[in-house]
Amino acid sequence: MTTIRFPVDVSAWIGAYPFRELPHPDASVLVRVLEREGIGQAWVGSLPSAWHRDPGPSNAWLYAELQPHAGILFPSPTVRPDWPGWERMLDDAVTSRAPSVRLYPMQLGFAGTAALLGSVARACGERGLVVQLTVRFEDLRQRHPMDSAPDLTAAHIRSIVRADPRVCVIVSGAGRDLIEETHWSLTPEEQRRCYWDWAWVWGPPEDHFAHLVSAIGGERFVFGGYWPLRLIQAPVATFSLAQSFLPGLTTSSGANVSAAARAAAGV
Amino acid sequence: MAPTHLIDPHAHFHWQASRLDFARYNASRLQAGDVIGIDCHVASILGTWGQHSPTYFASPADVSAGNEAMYAIAAAQPARVKSYVHVNPNHTDHALREIERGVERGAIGVKLSASRRADDPLLDPIADEAGRRGLPVLHHIWQHRQRDWGMQEASDALELARLAARHPRTNFILAHIGGGGDWAHSIDVLRDVPNIYPDTSGSGVDRGMLDAWLAALGPQRLLWAADLTLCTGLAKLRALEVIGVSADDLDDICWRNAVRIFPPNSFGFS
Repeated sequence: MTTIRFPVDVSAWIGAYPFRELPHPDASVLVRVLEREGIGQAWVGSLPSAWHRDPGPSNAWLYAELQPHAGILFPSPTVRPDWPGWERMLDDAVTSRAPSVRLYPMQLGFAGTAALLGSVARACGERGLVVQLTVRFEDLRQRHPMDSAPDLTAAHIRSIVRADPRVCVIVSGAGRDLIEETHWSLTPEEQRRCYWDWAWVWGPPEDHFAHLVSAIGGERFVFGGYWPLRLIQAPVATFSLAQSFLPGLTTSSGANVSAAARAAAGV
Repeated sequence: MAPTHLIDPHAHFHWQASRLDFARYNASRLQAGDVIGIDCHVASILGTWGQHSPTYFASPADVSAGNEAMYAIAAAQPARVKSYVHVNPNHTDHALREIERGVERGAIGVKLSASRRADDPLLDPIADEAGRRGLPVLHHIWQHRQRDWGMQEASDALELARLAARHPRTNFILAHIGGGGDWAHSIDVLRDVPNIYPDTSGSGVDRGMLDAWLAALGPQRLLWAADLTLCTGLAKLRALEVIGVSADDLDDICWRNAVRIFPPNSFGFS
């Protein structure tokens, strides 16, 4: 039995990626990877759904694929808040014991001030669902010409966090600049509802991760592995190297964020 | 399974003219390197890293001063740190003089950044001199560059391959397959260019990248390296073990290939 290093990976997906071949992005493989790396559970999204017009069928596929791995893999379905009946997607998520939903405002072409972002925040806050945002799937420099969505901005994150005092947000794939810009543009109360993974944050010798932990606190971070797009070993390595600079380093976890969201919603 | 030795053939340091926290940065590289198990950092300083002249178009004075700072760092710990001599090929005479001076000061390779397109004839005297002296040339590469980007004249694998074809006696290191751009494009360029050795460095850690490079080129063409992010270097080291690379192949990637292409006796092991 592998020792559990991180209780939850909040940034995993299954399914094909439209712009390059990914090695076996399957639920059963993810379960083996989690066991190998000492990670207890994963919140899993449907990767292709980020580009689907209607995420409904993809969410149904996600629920079915994860069902044999219940208790280890938890669904994180995609929500499109300008689609008819989108609130039903949230109700389905609650029924399916999803801790969170994925929202891709850049792929949907939403401006940072779009009212729909606030609508999602309020609807999720009411249901105790964590809102998950993804800054990017690939580095800007390698993207396919058809993959034209820019990186997520601080304005988008602020709009969601500020929209409802019950909503909790996890942002995946941010670097130091975006984390600092966003964190310091929020009130202390808002900061406490905004969490980050460190999958794209640089370790030594720049030591961005160690700097951020010192500046904004380890409790603002949750583990996200970015599987199957990136090596899950990367955030594990960043954490282990940071431990040599910051003895006693600890972070939060997806389970804590989910508990906070449910408590705020009273569910 | 850990490699017998570990050489990082793509490292950088800073100095007082390039950033205020240079001492912290350099100490962090060495400390993290020790945790990872790096025996030797082969490193360069690119002028003033943009403080007095642009990083990729460093003035001759900044090139020389940066090199001098690099030689001092290497001299202070000669087994742990080795130097490249960094040159700007737009100043050919200066570049050739720097190579001569660098070798006298212990440099074991030539570092070319993004100062001039790799297939430009202006690079020929430098590539020729490096080959004559048995120095590998580490060349900054933008994988599948599809347009020009500011503050650099970046090259891609196609352009480096043209230079390498003109200089078959010179070994080239194609920088950071994970350093930005489409690494899959570079694979198909390099299959039949035996004197180019890709390094694994860069912040990019795409799943499938290492597997694809190994399948196409084999373990005797790949160099493990870290560049600006030792965290992703460690991740790739662990990933190599997970994807089933044998101990013997891991030693090739992590140090034996470097020992083969750098001048004899550059490292304390062979």
